[in-house]
Amino acid sequence: MKKPLEGVRIVDLCVVWAGPFATLLMADLGAEVIKPENPFVFQPMTRGALARPSTLMINAAAAWGGGLPGNVPGERPWNYNPTFVSLYRNKKSFTVDLRRPEGMDVLRRLVEKADVVYENNATGTMEKLGITYGWLKEIKDDIIYVRVPAYGNTGPYSTARALGVHLEAVMGHTMLRGYEDADPSVNTAIYSGDYLAGAQGAFATMAALWHREKTGKGQLIEIGQAENASAMFTQAIMDYTLNRRVQGAIGNRDIFGRYPCGVYPAKSPGTAVDMGDHWVSIHVESDEQWRAFGAAIGNPDWAADPRFATNAGREEHAKEIDAHIAAWTREQEDYDVMHLLQRAGIAAAPVLEASRLFSDEQLLARGFPRTQTHEGAGTNQYVGPVWNFEGTPVEFRQPPVLFGEHNDYVYRELLQVSDEEYEALKAGGHIAMDYDPAVL
Amino acid sequence: MTHGTGTGQALDDVVVLDLTHHIAGPYATKLMADFGADVIKIERPGGDIARRFGPFQGDEPHPEKSGLFFFLNTNKRSVVLDLHSDAGRGALRQLAARADLVVENFRPGVAEALGIGWADVHALNPKASMISVSNFGQDGPYRDYRLTDLVLYGFAGEMYSMGATEREPVKMAGTAALFESGAAISAALMGALWSNRANGEGQHVDIALTETHFGGVDRRHATAIASQFSGRKTLRLAGAGSGMPQGIYPCADGYVDFTNAGLRPDRILDMVGFPEWATDEKYFIPENRLNPEYIDEWNANFLVWCLERTKREIWEEARRAKVMCGPLFTVEDMYEDEHFRERGFWTKVTHPAMGEVELPGRPLMMAEGGWQLRQPAPLLGQHTEEVLREAGLSDAEIAAVVAANKEAQP
Repeated sequence: MKKPLEGVRIVDLCVVWAGPFATLLMADLGAEVIKPENPFVFQPMTRGALARPSTLMINAAAAWGGGLPGNVPGERPWNYNPTFVSLYRNKKSFTVDLRRPEGMDVLRRLVEKADVVYENNATGTMEKLGITYGWLKEIKDDIIYVRVPAYGNTGPYSTARALGVHLEAVMGHTMLRGYEDADPSVNTAIYSGDYLAGAQGAFATMAALWHREKTGKGQLIEIGQAENASAMFTQAIMDYTLNRRVQGAIGNRDIFGRYPCGVYPAKSPGTAVDMGDHWVSIHVESDEQWRAFGAAIGNPDWAADPRFATNAGREEHAKEIDAHIAAWTREQEDYDVMHLLQRAGIAAAPVLEASRLFSDEQLLARGFPRTQTHEGAGTNQYVGPVWNFEGTPVEFRQPPVLFGEHNDYVYRELLQVSDEEYEALKAGGHIAMDYDPAVL
Repeated sequence: MTHGTGTGQALDDVVVLDLTHHIAGPYATKLMADFGADVIKIERPGGDIARRFGPFQGDEPHPEKSGLFFFLNTNKRSVVLDLHSDAGRGALRQLAARADLVVENFRPGVAEALGIGWADVHALNPKASMISVSNFGQDGPYRDYRLTDLVLYGFAGEMYSMGATEREPVKMAGTAALFESGAAISAALMGALWSNRANGEGQHVDIALTETHFGGVDRRHATAIASQFSGRKTLRLAGAGSGMPQGIYPCADGYVDFTNAGLRPDRILDMVGFPEWATDEKYFIPENRLNPEYIDEWNANFLVWCLERTKREIWEEARRAKVMCGPLFTVEDMYEDEHFRERGFWTKVTHPAMGEVELPGRPLMMAEGGWQLRQPAPLLGQHTEEVLREAGLSDAEIAAVVAANKEAQP
């Protein structure tokens, strides 16, 4: 079978997570995704925070930002930053300086052969380069141009700089999550809006391609990321529009009010500080499940307490029940709790620290982790694709792309530039495998 | 007869037979419906379980008054079928024969038992693809295990590192994790449509909610790979770490969130208006910006600056100086905010049981063939007869379906 998006070519002018996740999903479906990169401009938070971070800096960053191979920056740290490599399999990279006219001319020739141009830069970045929908449409009449501004390209917030964590704060998420008994300043920075906008960006792009097939028309798509993220908080938003109730944080409790629902300590090989603490989540959804829970853990007296027989009773006595459950789980291995309770029909699972997923039985049985060999990082396990197309399995056909890895392919094969022009572009610094030494 | 809705929208020639319930599946098919697809939502006689989850209008539990169900099912048509009856299963097969996509999130094995597994769909309608959504996937040792939003996110999302070091990990709000999965499913639905077109025949897509998180953006994929590369794990850390500034700060009327990417201290200085305390050159040496002593000293002054201003005032200064910042809005703040109102984010629609309902409108803007709210969420079974008639069922067959539905009512 042919891959769903075979023959679709996407120019990836994306940064950070929301844009690259969209183009990753389409690359996994077979699209050719080509990323133009500038040897003179480092896109922050994309191939890392800095092009040439010190060892001190990568170790000071969270592991997901600074966990480079062997904990050293190495020769070309931009090629194996964890936030980058997780999103750039199955994509191509070539280099060009878009700030110069000959660079923009290269982009023009690439757009002629493209179906989609995708960007999620700070508002104004594309305009400054001269990349507008009008310019793109002139080059390729049916081009699909996808833009993902944080708050939209109109209105007072259109110029606000934001990562996922900020736009989610504006949409209410930061007030709605976290411990119910602590103030929101302890909330860890998360970027869930990037997931939603990324996946829906792929959805919208494929819908626009579908529309183009019927009508011959390309188009401009604008995904205001904050607006897009709001769907995740539907219950809180609808409670306000319907009832004018302002919801707040409820910690790990169930928004539908089913008890018990929480995260409990399990037998741990280490502590939170060395990241060896184990936890298990348990969610009992009905009275019937509550009875099954009691039976599964050996019918202790407290589980048979008639005060706990109904959901209303379990809600009233939630703290007491949580203490009983924690006293039991503390003596158990987290996976044992999962298997025991799941066999009794109760939702429960370890709260997995990320490195543990590579030894999870279910993921191994499903072949989820994939092995890739990558220059500078060696051979490692990577996370698999988000879905399993049985007829056209997602292949990891290209490891996380090196900076400029496809210069020859893009310039010579795709754009068919002459040897003379190639050498001139190279001499001008457009074609490179390294960032310019002046780039931090 | 036309195939699809013919609304002029991008997906107006697509028919989706939607057997999903609860949140993740319906959110994905809602996106299809909102962009023009004819989404035929099959409900059991008691209705989608989401009808039983709030918030309810006026806090009155009622199957036609759930705000959650309402949001998730706009523009769909509701058909009630008792799939334990021959009439119901027969009707389902006829609907499957006309669909481009069949989507289901039964427990693994149930679709097969109902005669609507992938092999059945493929035999009935070789051109259609089928998307099966389950908790852990269609096979493997955890195939039959249960999940709720908490258990899903704890296991597969990056919850381990959320919260305070000395406390338990803490999840996202509401059922955010299920919505994220829904977005991933929506991309798979479009991928399957394109696969139909590319190949002239359908395929089966097996989606595990857990894998949508393990493989997804927002830290988990990166924490996993970082552990492989460096052996480092991601500490559960309250706030967003430390920096100048970094994390969530109290202000005169609430809180503001800052991220200091470490690159533009000049912008921060501009934001705070070049006061003496912030101009000291020592704060501009990259290594010093990682030094806890300097960070604490700097933040003591910055905190005072924040406390003298409201969250909106701070954000305005941050926007002017191009500093990454977000005020912590409540839902009320967001609802009242003029930016989103002026952009047309909110929409209203009249529903037979709820009257006029206001809700978030377009999730994104397509200049051609884009989002429309054509109709509110359907009443339970509102379109049973209409849809079955379109599918070619006779009056007698429709009557048999309706009779079976009635019999199945509790």
